[in-house]
Amino acid sequence: MTDRAFSVVRAGALTTVQDLGRPGHAHLGVPRAGALDEPAHRLANRLVGNPESAAALETTLTGCALRVRTATTVAVTGAPCPVTVDGRPAPWGAPVRVPAGAVLDAGPATHGLRSHLAFAGGIDTAPVLGSRAADLLSGLGPDPLTEGTVLPLGTPYGPAAGADAIWHPGPVTELVLPFLPGPRDGWFTAAGLHTLTTGRFRVSPASNRIGLRTEGPPLERARSGELPSEGMPLGALQVPPDGLPVLFLHDHPTTGGYPVIGVVPERYLAPAAQASPGTPVRFLRVR
Amino acid sequence: MRPLPVGEHGLLIELDSAEEVEALHAELLRRAAGGALPPLREIVPAARTVLLDGLADPRGLLAELATWDIPPIGAGDRPTVDLPVRYNGPDLADVAALWNCTADEVVRRHSATEFRVAFCGFAPGFGYLTGLPEPLHVPRRDTPRTKVPVGSVALAGPYTGVYPRSSPGGWQLIGTTDSVLWDPRREPAALLAPGTRVRFVPQESTR
Repeated sequence: MTDRAFSVVRAGALTTVQDLGRPGHAHLGVPRAGALDEPAHRLANRLVGNPESAAALETTLTGCALRVRTATTVAVTGAPCPVTVDGRPAPWGAPVRVPAGAVLDAGPATHGLRSHLAFAGGIDTAPVLGSRAADLLSGLGPDPLTEGTVLPLGTPYGPAAGADAIWHPGPVTELVLPFLPGPRDGWFTAAGLHTLTTGRFRVSPASNRIGLRTEGPPLERARSGELPSEGMPLGALQVPPDGLPVLFLHDHPTTGGYPVIGVVPERYLAPAAQASPGTPVRFLRVR
Repeated sequence: MRPLPVGEHGLLIELDSAEEVEALHAELLRRAAGGALPPLREIVPAARTVLLDGLADPRGLLAELATWDIPPIGAGDRPTVDLPVRYNGPDLADVAALWNCTADEVVRRHSATEFRVAFCGFAPGFGYLTGLPEPLHVPRRDTPRTKVPVGSVALAGPYTGVYPRSSPGGWQLIGTTDSVLWDPRREPAALLAPGTRVRFVPQESTR
């Protein structure tokens, strides 16, 4: 193994390798996968001089700690968290030079859920169908990190592009999800649609990279029975028989048999990646 | 052909039959290969629909779709895959009871059917194969198994499928194949892409 690598000292609750995913294979049953907070992923890469598509780490709630084998520039974005290098405080949202043998620790998120850690040169695991992303639904890409895992790094690309301003997300007090109705809004009564736009929903603790589940008043259906399986897009609001909408995130199944009442455009999904269980959710109809 | 909106960049085209789905899917692939389709991210055929996602201008394509002349699918158009099967699944006797016949007759009927991959999903390389006539459709197991072995040949509803990897599952297991359904290092990764014709070939010695 080359010196350009890091080993995992503290894996955290769920830390995965992510890039921008593997679109274009849904017809074979392959989910998109990729970083849930895509703007944060892109920013972290820019801060260390990588192309925005380079592979980085996505943590969940508790962060992670890594020992680098060679001096490496690292940036942590997404959910704000205390960053330390061998125990000394280092900046969040900025390039950090980590000396050879030192431990970079991205601590628990102070708010939000997912921090994104980019390394100069990117994580250089073998791509699967053109992507290094871990896909937890179908098990493609690298396994989630465990302590002792060693991951290779690529050759640094050059000086960091930097950023004029770093977007520092405040705590999400309410997750607002704009959606366009369809394709199966006709499976719900007018009262059901009204419940979706006026009901008090919360993020369920059962949420994961596959879907953001909600708790709240069930949506009334206009028709019962099963829908023949159909293609499911990223951002679909699928409503299973319990009547509670599930927002499909990047590891969602590519086909499914429950009606989709509306679709949240992709550009609104990053805040969903940072919404903790219990966060109030409001669905906003935009057409 | 009924188009339904899917967000800002998608269309779900609903059709009347699996044959129409297959014909539209084939036409979309033909046009895409010839550079006559606008750029898009996904074309996902399913039971009665084709999802088109990642379009810059869904309305524009919708207007164009209405003018297309879509030829019906021809028997010789699609690739064929033979899958050798040992009909030794733990649910073979239950399926025989549901079909009101012997286990040998299940093997005969299943292996005499020409299947087609209607669509994929559930797991990479898992194809939903249609072809069994309606009287032979079977319900899922009352209690799903926590672990279905890789290569299991299984039935549920109108579909036959082969598990590309070990996973939980509620389908009726009638046999096993050693064929590799999914290998991301192979081109193509999926043995059974939508539209592929499939025949199950009984391995005489192993039942």
